[in-house]
Amino acid sequence: MSKHTFTHLDALESESMHIMREVAAECKNPALLFSGGKDSIVMLRLAEKAFRPAKFPFPLVHIDTEHNFPEVIATRDKLAADLGERLIVRSLEDSIARGTIVIKDESKPRNPFQSVTLLETIAEFGFDACMGGARRDEEKARAKERIFSFRDEFGQWDPKNQRPELWDTYNTRVNNGENIRVFPISNWTEMDIWEYIGREKLHIPEIYFAHEREVIRRGGNVIPVSHLVQPKPGEKVEVVSVRFRTVGDMTCTAPVESTARTVDEIIAETATTRITERGATRMDDQTSEASMELRKKEGYF
Amino acid sequence: MNTNTQLLRFITAGSVDDGKSTLIGRLLHDSKSIFEDQFSAISKTSEKRGMGAVDLSLLTDGLQAEREQGITIDVAYRYFATPKRKFIIGDTPGHEQYTRNMVTAASTANLVVILVDARKGVLTQTKRHSYLASLLGVPHVVLAVNKMDMVDYSQSRFDEIVAEYKAFAAQLNLHDVHCIPLSALNGDMVVDRGDNLDWYQGPALLELLETIEIDRDVNTDDFRFPVQWVCRPQTEEYHDFRGFAGRIEAGEVSVGDEVTVLPSGRTSRVKEIVTYDGNLQTAFAPQSVTLTLEDEIDISRGDMLVKTSAHPPKVEKEFEAMLCWLSESPLDKGRKYLVKHTTRTAKCLFSRIDYRVDVNTLEQHAVEKLNMNDIARVALKIQQPLVFDSYEIDRATGSFIVIDEATNNTVAAGMIA
Ligand SMILES: Nc1nc2c(ncn2[C@@H]2O[C@H](COP(=O)(O)OP(=O)(O)O)[C@@H](O)[C@H]2O)c(=O)[nH]1
Ligand SMILES: [Mg+2]
Repeated sequence: MSKHTFTHLDALESESMHIMREVAAECKNPALLFSGGKDSIVMLRLAEKAFRPAKFPFPLVHIDTEHNFPEVIATRDKLAADLGERLIVRSLEDSIARGTIVIKDESKPRNPFQSVTLLETIAEFGFDACMGGARRDEEKARAKERIFSFRDEFGQWDPKNQRPELWDTYNTRVNNGENIRVFPISNWTEMDIWEYIGREKLHIPEIYFAHEREVIRRGGNVIPVSHLVQPKPGEKVEVVSVRFRTVGDMTCTAPVESTARTVDEIIAETATTRITERGATRMDDQTSEASMELRKKEGYF
Repeated sequence: MNTNTQLLRFITAGSVDDGKSTLIGRLLHDSKSIFEDQFSAISKTSEKRGMGAVDLSLLTDGLQAEREQGITIDVAYRYFATPKRKFIIGDTPGHEQYTRNMVTAASTANLVVILVDARKGVLTQTKRHSYLASLLGVPHVVLAVNKMDMVDYSQSRFDEIVAEYKAFAAQLNLHDVHCIPLSALNGDMVVDRGDNLDWYQGPALLELLETIEIDRDVNTDDFRFPVQWVCRPQTEEYHDFRGFAGRIEAGEVSVGDEVTVLPSGRTSRVKEIVTYDGNLQTAFAPQSVTLTLEDEIDISRGDMLVKTSAHPPKVEKEFEAMLCWLSESPLDKGRKYLVKHTTRTAKCLFSRIDYRVDVNTLEQHAVEKLNMNDIARVALKIQQPLVFDSYEIDRATGSFIVIDEATNNTVAAGMIA
């Protein structure tokens, strides 16, 4: 060993800080997408590490589907307020009112529509770069995406036409109308995120920890009962000890059965879990093997 | 879980069908890094295609187009961990036209695994991949002689290939070469040693990846700190605070050290090393920190802080470099481009193309223009001075990218001579 210990978390943290500072220095009007979920909470801490004692040189932005868990929204608002940073919230309801989104079925996931409101928000504020908390270990299509990923005027990603990304020298230049999505935690895994939450003692929404919840079982998935998802005739409501691995749209985010009530217990469970985070918890990704890639091409984050 | 583990980045290189994807699949599978849903997805696909066993190569072949064509077309990143280390794998394709992908993935790698098929031995592609590894300064090379099952696990065949490879590698700038016989398909000498290669005394591939010394892969000697962002809180509490935020690219720095700001040449002393977790006495590469200085001197993004020491970097407007052209539109010597080097971006001109290197034979040819995947020795003129070291001394301060202002594309990668 060298005289200094520099762990994988130190390496990942330093890389993410470097990326965020490049964005702050080179982009004219960046934003940090912040949902109140665990990955974006890690992003906030990384931004504190990169920019304190100054304020963040960008606002926080949340595209609210109004299908979110109330605990997550509460955490979102509390963290932004505690940090004293500006939080911009734009809702899918605004786009629905404008008629740019047409919802046919209230009980269906709203993730596919998020891109519409995101693009409208980008246009409203003139953001040229949006930082997001997506990770390459989440999904096959993401595994090939660059850290600085370009979107055309329609917000589309072209996987065949990505800029080569060498060393840590990022090309942040955008053409008119284009904008960049930047993924500072591209190289983090689910395990790294949990280890970092533990190390930094980050406050995350309670629903990440095991709790008793009313669920129904539908098509091999455990689905939380909420005002959006009610049991169909013949379906039985059970009370089960569960926790969420991701906290997206309430209609399609499935919890996993668990008794892990602390970060350490979650880390222990994650180390032995045999199912990927998205595979376990995101029903919208199971539809087809290429579903994420299709949604990304359409401008989904 | 042990959080005191290091991070190792490696890539795989080899010709089409040498077994790169199978090898990565095997590493992930045998180290228990494949998840059930991933495994069931690839089992289904294998079955659909009428394959007898589960094709582990499907794990890394990510995008829809690739799945249809059955080839890897771009760099894909994979992650796995053992109790000893965390790994990031860059999976790069072996086609000739994809030199740029290997160059891209190699630029951040600690180590490259170069595969050869034991039946075929050292091929032109093997030499090309080794040359690129050497050009990109990848610190460690593993020659993985794959498909040993197809040559009856023959020691003499392995020795023959190793001898040929070592003779070739001696011409290159490779400092740390390891050779391992293995069968990715059967799993011999990948994670487990297996029963077929008892004559081989060295480590299995994973054992080598877990133990190879990587602390000195970054330059630990001469402090280099390109300023990324100037931190000016302008609050009451931090009224006069002016911090210089950046990542230490090489060496280390302590409070009280005398530093020189380049290119201006002004000097001061380090007053504080500020981090979110409190001030430090000493910081080292590759930490991201914020420095404050004793004196108020003019410093902005693009400047570099170095120790006022015996090994200063160069501060010049002209230099020579090895260039890998990455773009479909060829290099136009009549045009201006942009160079991004550390945190500084400036206009540049290519004043000469000295020669192009044939990556298969290493022969040098005079050329007038450069096409995609060409590697060449060039001379550049920059509009303003850059602060740099040679790539061989420091990958971070010796590398640059070239951007075409008309399209904003990254068109070349450069390594300063
Ligand atoms: N017999 C044998 N076949 C192998 C071995 N490794 C890979 N293969 C086969 O070689 C073919 C190409 O492998 P693949 O991993 O796709 O190669 P890639 O093009 O380098 O990614 C597949 O049919 C594999 O099953 C090995 O160790 N022994
Ligand atoms: Mg392959």
